[in-house]
Amino acid sequence: MTDIRYVAPSTLEEAVGAFAAASGAARILAGGTDLLVQMRNGVVKPGTIIDIKKIAEMTAIEELPDGRIRIGAAVPGVVLAEHPRFGKAWPGVLEAINLIGSKQVQGRASPGGNLCNGSPAGDSVPAMIAAGAVVTVQGPGGRREMPVEAVPAGPGRTNLAPGEIVVAFTLPARPKGSGDAYLRMIPRTEMDIAVVGCGVSLTMAGGVVTAARVGLGAVAPTVLLVEDAAKALIGSRLDDAALEAAAAACRAACKPINDKRGTIAYRIKVAGVLLKRTAAIAAARAGGN
Amino acid sequence: MNDMTNKWIGARTIRPDGADKVTGRAQYSADTTMPGMIWGKLLRSPHAHARIRSIDTSKAEALPGVKAVVTQKDIVEFALDKSVMLGIQDMRWMCRNVMAREKALFHGHPIAAVAAISEEVAAHACSLIEVDYEVLPHVIEIEDAIKPDAPILHEWNQFEGKPSNIAGTMVLKAGDIEKGFAEADIVVERTFTTRPVHQGYIEPHACTVSYAADGRVTIWSSSQGQFMVRAMTSLLTGIPQSNIRAIPAEIGGGFGAKTIIYLEPVAVMLSKKSGRPVKMVMTREEVQRATGPAPGSLSTVKIGAKKDGTIVAAQGTFYLQAGGLPGSPLRGPVGCSFAAYAIPNVLSVGYDVVSNRSKVAAYRAPGAPHGAFAAECVIDEIAQALGLDPLDMRLKNSAKAGDKAIYGPTFGAVTFKETIEAIKHHPHYRAPLDKAPRPGVKRGRGVASGFWYNAGGESSVQVNITEDGNVVVTTGHPDVGGSRASIANVVAELIGVDHARVNVMIGDTQTIGFSNLTGGSRVTFASAMVATAATEKVIGQLKERAAKIWGIEAEAVKWEDGMALPAGDNAGKFPPLSLKELAAKANEMGGPIGNQTQLNTTGADPGYATHCVDVEVDVDLGIVRVLRYTAAQDVGRALHPGYVEGQIQGGVVQGIGWALSEEYLYDAKGRVDNASFLDYRMPVCSDVPMIEPIMIEIPNPKHPQGVRGVGEAPIVPPLAAIANAVHDALGKRFYALPMSPPRVSARMDEAN
Repeated sequence: MTDIRYVAPSTLEEAVGAFAAASGAARILAGGTDLLVQMRNGVVKPGTIIDIKKIAEMTAIEELPDGRIRIGAAVPGVVLAEHPRFGKAWPGVLEAINLIGSKQVQGRASPGGNLCNGSPAGDSVPAMIAAGAVVTVQGPGGRREMPVEAVPAGPGRTNLAPGEIVVAFTLPARPKGSGDAYLRMIPRTEMDIAVVGCGVSLTMAGGVVTAARVGLGAVAPTVLLVEDAAKALIGSRLDDAALEAAAAACRAACKPINDKRGTIAYRIKVAGVLLKRTAAIAAARAGGN
Repeated sequence: MNDMTNKWIGARTIRPDGADKVTGRAQYSADTTMPGMIWGKLLRSPHAHARIRSIDTSKAEALPGVKAVVTQKDIVEFALDKSVMLGIQDMRWMCRNVMAREKALFHGHPIAAVAAISEEVAAHACSLIEVDYEVLPHVIEIEDAIKPDAPILHEWNQFEGKPSNIAGTMVLKAGDIEKGFAEADIVVERTFTTRPVHQGYIEPHACTVSYAADGRVTIWSSSQGQFMVRAMTSLLTGIPQSNIRAIPAEIGGGFGAKTIIYLEPVAVMLSKKSGRPVKMVMTREEVQRATGPAPGSLSTVKIGAKKDGTIVAAQGTFYLQAGGLPGSPLRGPVGCSFAAYAIPNVLSVGYDVVSNRSKVAAYRAPGAPHGAFAAECVIDEIAQALGLDPLDMRLKNSAKAGDKAIYGPTFGAVTFKETIEAIKHHPHYRAPLDKAPRPGVKRGRGVASGFWYNAGGESSVQVNITEDGNVVVTTGHPDVGGSRASIANVVAELIGVDHARVNVMIGDTQTIGFSNLTGGSRVTFASAMVATAATEKVIGQLKERAAKIWGIEAEAVKWEDGMALPAGDNAGKFPPLSLKELAAKANEMGGPIGNQTQLNTTGADPGYATHCVDVEVDVDLGIVRVLRYTAAQDVGRALHPGYVEGQIQGGVVQGIGWALSEEYLYDAKGRVDNASFLDYRMPVCSDVPMIEPIMIEIPNPKHPQGVRGVGEAPIVPPLAAIANAVHDALGKRFYALPMSPPRVSARMDEAN
């Protein structure tokens, strides 16, 4: 049986070096809640495992002077939940991250892993897209930034270049009157995978939406940024017509499959339903801020 | 010995297996290891249906670390033309289920097995086995399997003179069905489908087996009957039962499915060939693909009633999936669907349908929920059409003492009405229900009833008084639902000692007499009966010893509160002799004190249950949630109420999963597509409310404590109760389970 090499570098440069040197035979280990399961099921057989949790930047939560918040890609869900201010600024992102797995999994699972796993049903991804989060990526060619929605390439695949590692998510500064929310449809009440996930972030002034972003998960090969839904909301008072237009935009954006978790017709319908419900929660939160 | 003043019978005593289980010390199937032990793995069919032309194991055998390879040649063959039964299992099918012979009949069917120095080497060796398959067209669903041009699984099987996938039928009748329908004022006929559902035990199948140099075999495995493990392994390996010691491990759930074996004979042959102890542990995926489940069903029920609700005729046609080999539980729907009702004209017919799925196994009241789903929904529809309260309709039609049951016997006391009345007068049934509490949300309430035969059968027990005056009871039944705690309560009560002084153990096959399976809601009934008989004999011995010490007649001694006393003034005046004092003198006064009793028990009267449920439907998403659930059941006498409640709650929760979320999904190649607990959606804790059990204690007169089986009746009503509640909420009837969100949503979008 083949041996697996495990390395736990303390700097990003070492990690990138090891990752690039393994030329595709390595996997990054953050919480491991996807990787270890995939290894056990024989889906992946990495030659090298690179544990990035020993790299300080990967597990740091930083509040930048301009109001932005930077989250290390390997920060586990419970650490974010315990942060005194993150959940106040981004309740929708936090609730999405805290939907990943059970209590035990929460202690390990990270938003970086959720994104890089490439699942169209990853819960944190639609919320991050709605938030307008930007990821910092480091690879053999240096550092670059890309919007979250540019990372997924298809089920199990990302647009990261060989040797590149997601380092952090940076969430923008929050104007007054902002709120976000994430809802997913699962048949059970927990311990399940999203049939549809919907993240909405709104900024409102005087009851009118001034900015909006909508992320939609599990309805296409990648999590989607639905710009038409956002457009339908911006400038509206979230009246029924605007919500229905945004819901229609969500339905139109869906390119789902029939699978064991849901049918095409059901997923398309649910995308519209969740848009309306998620927007209502985000608006209520925006009103309170 | 059965009244409410009992000290231990009916007490919620600490469970004897509790401390071990919560501290992780309990020994389950996979926990046994031995020096020199190696690992066994199965090669499973990658095809849903294929003829096996040849199997070449030479490359696997040549792999370093491989110690033995087993194929169907190593398992005893039972010829197709001669049935050999072990209980309800036909060994012709069992030998082909543990290892495919002529054909691979489902994706995951075992083809060969390897034992090697590690699981990894064994798995690698399996991949080196070359099997020449002739892939055949497969068929999964009942509707397809009974079509005239369906792929035939077993060419030798004929139905109505032609090769067929219908492998068996069962017919029960009463009266004249046509005449009955002619007398009816209303006739409702509906067709229902249910999907196969897995028993969902948390512990996967596993065993450790040692075939010793002298030919004696020891098997450590969990099951619902170590004697079944021994007998079936003996039949499939040719090793006499006297040389097979089957030691029952703690069981992590069985729900019926561990009444047959999958691994043990294979592991025995691997151990025999390798000369090493062999351990085999299934993965969850293997459990989901190749063990269990309960069958899916296609049922048509037609019921005719008078305007006043009197049912005059009932007809049921039940197709059940058998899986790849014959043997679905037809007696469940055929016998139980109408059994609780006094219906003069009945025709109940079952068809056993094979298809390319794993062979079904027993699951809690096998087949009865399928039939009750159909019958109880039709009764609800008739009650609604006639403007009758659905409970009153059931009350009106309840069978009564002296009625002849459709399945043969004449009923003694029928306690069905008591369960209906319990629901009718319960605050739940009378509580107002806001049927539209919020926009997009609808609520509804439903009721349904259920019947299960219950059973007696063989049971053995040994009751020994220890030298220090305590009690050890050994039974022959694995404890899946609290039999140890219940027996401890009974024995403590009878002997009159503190419960903590009675230790109940489960014997292995070579240390206790034959005891039949833990299943059919029989074990607490049967084992309490034999334990009572044995304990009474032990008390007789204790009185004799006291009489001998006092020099009086044994009849002049009475036993009270754990002590021998002179029966009256005429017997003489002696200070009482305690159990401890008598035990201390046992050897000088005649030898050890103890008794083994073995009986084929009878008198297990049927179980009746009536349930009430409130559901809430998220109309836009199609999600049905259970808000409140109340389950009434005649439990005879609850020897240990906590366990009885647990049985009722467990049955209901499984029924909720069956009704709302659980189903096997297959891909186009006939492979199970959701072979994991993630996508095979059993309810989790947060999916279900507190299930309120109503234990109605009407003692069974044929049992010393009044026990009636309780484990199975509670899974019979939930499917229909929930479907009836969903109808109450939405105004639409659902004839297909599960009522999963996509199905409910699609139904809501249909034009009315």
